[in-house]
Amino acid sequence: MKFSEAWLREWVNPPVATQELADQLSMAGLEVDSVEPVAAAFNGVVVGEVLAREAHPDADKLSVCQVNIGAEEPLQIVCGAKNVAAGMRVPVATVGARLPGDFKIKKAKLRGVSSTGMICSASELGLAEQSDGIMPLPQDAPVGDDFRQYLGLEDQSIDVDLTPDRSDCLGLLGIAREVGVINRCAVEFPRIESQPANTDERVDVALEADQACPRYLCRVVTGVDVNAQTPLWMQERLRRGDVRSLGPVVDVTNYVMLELGQPMHGFDLQKVEAGIRVRMAEPGEKLTLIGGQEIELTEGTLVIADAKRPLALAGIMGGEDSAVSDTTQNILLESAFFAPTAISGKARAYGLHTDSSHRFERGVDPYLQAKAMERASQLLVEIAGGELGPVVEANNESMIQQRPEILLRTDRVNRLLGVEIDRAEVTDILNRLDMRIIEMTAGWRVTAPSCRFDIAIEEDLIEEIGRIYGYAKIPPHRGKSAMVMADRREAEFSLQGAKNLLVGRDYQEVITYSFISPEIEAQVDPEAKGIRLANPISADMSVMRTSLWPGLIQTAVYNQSRQQQRVRIFESGLCFRQGEGIEQEPMIAGLIAGNAQAEQWGEAGRAVDFYDIKADLEALLSLTGHHQGIGFAAVKHPALHPGQSAEVRIHDRVVGMLGMLHPELERKMGLNGATFVFELALENLTEGLLPEFQALSKYPSIRRDIALVVDENVSFESIRNLIRDESGKIITDILLFDVYTGENIDSGRKSLALGLILQEKSHTLTDKEVDEVVDAVLQRLAKDTGAKLRD
Amino acid sequence: MEESTLDLQSLIEAAESAIKQADSLPALDEIRVSYLGKSGQLTSQLKKLGSLPPEERPQAGQKINKAKQALQGSIESRKGELEEAALAQRLADEKIDVTLPGRGLQRGGLHPVSRTLERIERLFSSAGFESVQGPEIEDDYHNFEALNIPDHHPARAMHDTFYFDAHLLLRTHTSPVQIRTMEKGEPPMKIIAPGRVYRCDSDLTHTPMFHQVEGFLVDENVSFADLKGVLYDFLSHFFERELKLRFRPSYFPFTEPSAEVDIECVMCGGEGCRVCSHTGWLEVLGCGMIHPEVFRHVGIDSEKYTGYAFGMGVERLTMLRYGVNDLRLFFENDLRFLKQFA
Repeated sequence: MKFSEAWLREWVNPPVATQELADQLSMAGLEVDSVEPVAAAFNGVVVGEVLAREAHPDADKLSVCQVNIGAEEPLQIVCGAKNVAAGMRVPVATVGARLPGDFKIKKAKLRGVSSTGMICSASELGLAEQSDGIMPLPQDAPVGDDFRQYLGLEDQSIDVDLTPDRSDCLGLLGIAREVGVINRCAVEFPRIESQPANTDERVDVALEADQACPRYLCRVVTGVDVNAQTPLWMQERLRRGDVRSLGPVVDVTNYVMLELGQPMHGFDLQKVEAGIRVRMAEPGEKLTLIGGQEIELTEGTLVIADAKRPLALAGIMGGEDSAVSDTTQNILLESAFFAPTAISGKARAYGLHTDSSHRFERGVDPYLQAKAMERASQLLVEIAGGELGPVVEANNESMIQQRPEILLRTDRVNRLLGVEIDRAEVTDILNRLDMRIIEMTAGWRVTAPSCRFDIAIEEDLIEEIGRIYGYAKIPPHRGKSAMVMADRREAEFSLQGAKNLLVGRDYQEVITYSFISPEIEAQVDPEAKGIRLANPISADMSVMRTSLWPGLIQTAVYNQSRQQQRVRIFESGLCFRQGEGIEQEPMIAGLIAGNAQAEQWGEAGRAVDFYDIKADLEALLSLTGHHQGIGFAAVKHPALHPGQSAEVRIHDRVVGMLGMLHPELERKMGLNGATFVFELALENLTEGLLPEFQALSKYPSIRRDIALVVDENVSFESIRNLIRDESGKIITDILLFDVYTGENIDSGRKSLALGLILQEKSHTLTDKEVDEVVDAVLQRLAKDTGAKLRD
Repeated sequence: MEESTLDLQSLIEAAESAIKQADSLPALDEIRVSYLGKSGQLTSQLKKLGSLPPEERPQAGQKINKAKQALQGSIESRKGELEEAALAQRLADEKIDVTLPGRGLQRGGLHPVSRTLERIERLFSSAGFESVQGPEIEDDYHNFEALNIPDHHPARAMHDTFYFDAHLLLRTHTSPVQIRTMEKGEPPMKIIAPGRVYRCDSDLTHTPMFHQVEGFLVDENVSFADLKGVLYDFLSHFFERELKLRFRPSYFPFTEPSAEVDIECVMCGGEGCRVCSHTGWLEVLGCGMIHPEVFRHVGIDSEKYTGYAFGMGVERLTMLRYGVNDLRLFFENDLRFLKQFA
């Protein structure tokens, strides 16, 4: 809601400056978005009268005007506008004037004719976006007066960003009322006088959906000059309220809407056949709206119809056919109350949002219609002439929802606000807000005025009291907290801990959008059942991610194309899958590419490989406390290199994947070199283990090194598991200290050098015992894997 | 006799001089061996004692032993000198440029939004608020209906919602976690719910995904004054300074009374600058007392219990805290940007 401050002050004029007024409104819950001067800065412009206009001797498009600005001699001004004519009153920028855009007026010669000043258009004065010719002023504009003063341009437009509950302030009437309440000062509402009918012309109204429209007023105005000029003062008030001037009928209805908050409509009476029916649309009915858009009406849409067809979308927008046109002579004015429930959501359903629907869906005072009709009648006749018919009103008062009577309890007020407010003060606030109150011992019975749709329950009144009393006067209170400790399970996997661990290992956290493009989804997770948005912001953000990898890959590409070749990133967040229901699983994933370490003097540069990311993942998994149960197994994944991908298990439960991105994917994505990724499902990690103490052995440990030669496809993990299985607890640790292929090893085979650490808790191991264990292990390995000792 | 005394004297003099001249520990050891070793010159003098007449032996032996002790003393002291010199030499040789950078992995960093989230969680946790999570794909009921935003309510237009179908959507705020928590639990409740939220809006100052932290407290006799207290506390701790706050009446369907909270602009101290649009104030939070209709939906008796709730935008707080001037930077994930928050 945007309005002129000067207009407001005609009604209520508290002794506060503009900024303070704006602050008052904001602090009362009517948030002021902006306060802007209604005109850009300019000076030296006066009201002038064109005395004579002659054609320029040397230029077809220019004319030479003699302009009286109240000085002894008229000014000679060369003007390029077509509409300039003798007898017109116009704004004249005199020599020395400064116009918006720091445009200075100087004496000039135009094609040999001297010009001392400029006749201005509205756009040259910053009063319109564009203008067609110079700005005509009314004939009574006082010649020689300062133009700014004449138009009252030392004024501000105040834009209030209203919350949806405060529909009562969608007209100046409501704003004025609030300003009066805040400042405890009287509001001078404009006197609206009843305009008597001087013809019998009338249109009858049938309310066929009286729940949706319990009150409908209309009035015939015959012989209207639709081409009459809207007076400048009205144009200016509309402009300062951000409403375009579109001819007298629309201007008047818009003016009344700005003034009182009542949306109105004017029909071309000739197009209305035999009476108004306010009814629900029949399915399949069609209506062409103002502007030419044709819509098919759906059930539950309230329309204004005549005997034959729908004329308008009730409370939203008029129809093209019945709209006032240049040739309209007789008008049917409408002023109605449409119930919010009948209008809300309807405009949106048709892709519309109008000043009218905005107000009706929030609530228009159901007792305002007659006043608005009289006001509009008066203004219309003043501007465009015409004869008034009688006001025809159809209503069903019983369908008009009344504001409920609310019980307001003193102790509830104090309990909810946390401050003791004097009873008399509460009464005063309620009175100022125009509430009807009945005092009782423990409180009040309160009925809000009919314009306050937002007041339905006790808490609504408590907010009103708090708001007018002043939130600022409620002292902040620091609560006493109960001494109850929160459950903190020690073994629970902490996401925060995991993130900190990765940060400690030189990973940078990123946050990417949860929706990705279907193309990258198809590349990374082709079998995924991703969930698609019905209304994505764009196609490349239209499907919910099933994995964190797409976001990480895109982030890596983004950075590699910005001179960041070494990338080590991770993200945590939900991934989404259509299973039996919708699955939303918290995940954590990482990606590394480029060199293992940032370029430095002490270490030779080396590209990352599988075992780098595996080490990071192992560190992450160690946070679970499951040190023994963690295993890796080679499996294939469409996004990963078939020879370098594995799934991660904790006690046979798959918890994640890791591997090298498939070289094809790497190429398609535009990644720069080998890229490694991991991903873990966090829900599978939450059941961690607590540390369990094992007594230390008093006896020394013994180390035996063995070098095994096995087939290349024998995994280290299988060897380690066989050793553990065969030796029991006597081998306390197995160190892998070399893996070798090449010279002296048959092709297809590899050599693994292991250090076996043996120890007993009860005694020092003898050589014989050690030999027995190692021999048993070697035999088992030979049998199960074909392992041989290296020569 | 005279001759042997002279011999001993010159032997000692020669030895002392050799010790002095020894320039390394091995050289010194050679000298020790040549005089004091098994067949050293002084040792052989001792062996010769047997050839002396018995009455001369004690005196001669005494002299030789004295000489031996003197030599041993000299050797020890020379050894000390040489060791000291060797250590000094080693220390000098091993001097390095301590300003060369350290080797190995460096440290990464958290995303600035995470950093802020962590800080918010820690502050509220210290005041006894428990952090809970909720789903991001929500149903209409939890995101709107139960929060007193029925179908077609004008407030729905304020949430540019991403839909999957008529009932499923991406949550537009973290408030549904309020509903889910209250459905399950019993007062007293003291909760914060951080997380991602989504709105179908993308321009200079909006990203289609952002983060919020919802907080609420339900107990007997919770008041607006308590809400003011907790938010004063939080905001002054978050920004680590005493801040001016103002509570502006506002409207949220799920709170009544409702307020928006402005803080004195942290960029200009309230003087007015570009960041605060020259108002001196920054809007950082929405809050209010939980609406009885919300309590009704989750089966909490609003006569017995009252509660407050608040919600804040994490990106906004992050921008104010670190002076970030472009929201979109958060999701571009340029490492050069992110590393500034490590």
